[in-house]
Amino acid sequence: MSSRFGSSRFGSSRFGTRQFGRRTPVAISVLAGIAALFFLLPFVGLLVRVPWSDAVKIATDAEVRRALWLSLQTSTIAAVISALFGIPLAWILSRVHIPGRSFIRALVTLSMVLPPVVGGVVLLFSFGRRGLFGQYLDDWFGIRLPFTTAGVVIAQVFVAMPFLVLTVESAFRQLDARYDDAARTLGGSPWFIMRHVSLPAVRSALVAGFVLAWARALGEFGATITFAGNLAGTTRTMPLATYLALENDPSSALVLSLIMISVSFLVLISLRDRWLETPGRSTP
Amino acid sequence: MALPSRLAVTFMLCATLVSCSSDDSTASEKVTVFATASLVDAFTEIATAFETANPDVRIEFNFASSSDLATQIIEGAPADVFASADVLNIERVDTSGETMGNARAFATNSLAIMVEAGNPQNIRELSDLDDPNLVYITCDESVPIGRYTAEVLARANVSLRPKSYEESVKGIVNRIVLGEADAGIVYRTDVIAAGSSAEGIPIPDDLNVVATYPIATIGDEPSATALAFVEFVVSSDVARSILRTYGFGAV
Repeated sequence: MSSRFGSSRFGSSRFGTRQFGRRTPVAISVLAGIAALFFLLPFVGLLVRVPWSDAVKIATDAEVRRALWLSLQTSTIAAVISALFGIPLAWILSRVHIPGRSFIRALVTLSMVLPPVVGGVVLLFSFGRRGLFGQYLDDWFGIRLPFTTAGVVIAQVFVAMPFLVLTVESAFRQLDARYDDAARTLGGSPWFIMRHVSLPAVRSALVAGFVLAWARALGEFGATITFAGNLAGTTRTMPLATYLALENDPSSALVLSLIMISVSFLVLISLRDRWLETPGRSTP
Repeated sequence: MALPSRLAVTFMLCATLVSCSSDDSTASEKVTVFATASLVDAFTEIATAFETANPDVRIEFNFASSSDLATQIIEGAPADVFASADVLNIERVDTSGETMGNARAFATNSLAIMVEAGNPQNIRELSDLDDPNLVYITCDESVPIGRYTAEVLARANVSLRPKSYEESVKGIVNRIVLGEADAGIVYRTDVIAAGSSAEGIPIPDDLNVVATYPIATIGDEPSATALAFVEFVVSSDVARSILRTYGFGAV
């Protein structure tokens, strides 16, 4: 689990790749080809059915622009919040020996494997207007999360933060603790070491974690519709708009899907080229 | 070693549970009924009555909003029977090329305002819902309840700002029962089904709509059992009395 999201694996491609065809067993090539096709074919199916003549009109529709803008705003805020709280959590999980650490790690990453709608249900019963804690938010501060944009962000953070925590924690673990020790013997304060030694050393993992969290937040559907509801401009993000469009107008759902795919794909491609293949930075 | 073996035990336990629970499915004919969300309680009871009268038959349900169900059927979902909350979605399926038997009306319904138990916001009529501090929710107009609601509000000359659009009428009911929303417009039968967990405020007849529920078989050659189930719903005394119990009107 730790190395899958680790920076060293992402960054090792320069050292680990082979020339295709020379020593690659046929069986491996075939299986890998099927795996790649499995991911490619659905997109081919989508591209063939997209109504290209109406695509621009649908994509620039006011409702669609609203949903896209809301999605970009909320997912970015959710990624920033995930980083703000997730980086310290990742650091604690990787460096501090606290009792029940594996329990905490399992708890923190649980929402990665939960059906998102279950995430929405637990959020509703805890932070909803009548939820265990939500009722006090309402009574004391007048804060209500369901049916608000803040509720969308909460739902997104709930499902997205684990991606950042796992990625960053794994990088912290692989970081040689002797760098910290050296900085400490030179008189660096813990805060100084964190900012100028540890964090820069895991920079690519931070970026990867941030982007993974952002992409997950962008795609959030189940927890959002369950916890935050569905209203244009307030809680109707792109995934919700896509789902609704599928009921009423499947061709516009295809265009909305294409927009989501393009945005996410562009980000993942640029991520790989600009940050993840920089050799040496994070693998001391 | 410890983790893989623990995982293996977990999987084995799950597999055992699944295989045990599906044992009773042998040697029976299955009818898949797609039914609108507002029929959940009535149809579940009708199916039990039908299965008791026909021990070899098993009724399986897919409950969602009529518009969701229509889309699913058009996209090829394996439905034998479709019961909709409006004629429009039956027609949608019909015109899409998906063949279906003659649709027959079997029940009627009307609308009511649903509020939290005890009516804490003191809602008395439709115009009371026009309050920016009130959490009022509804469905999109592609869902029958959303369109019926729009009709009623137009007649009452009230315009409202929903805080959310739910997927089906049961979504509206659940939000109100959970206390997340203050009010919504639902079917009269939903108010009856909710019992003491919510409260209903009648909408006067001159503003209300009559929602007619049609039922039809799907496909070129409907099975005798599917036809028998439709016949049972439309004309048996048992089904009629169950529908009446849940507040549906006769056709």
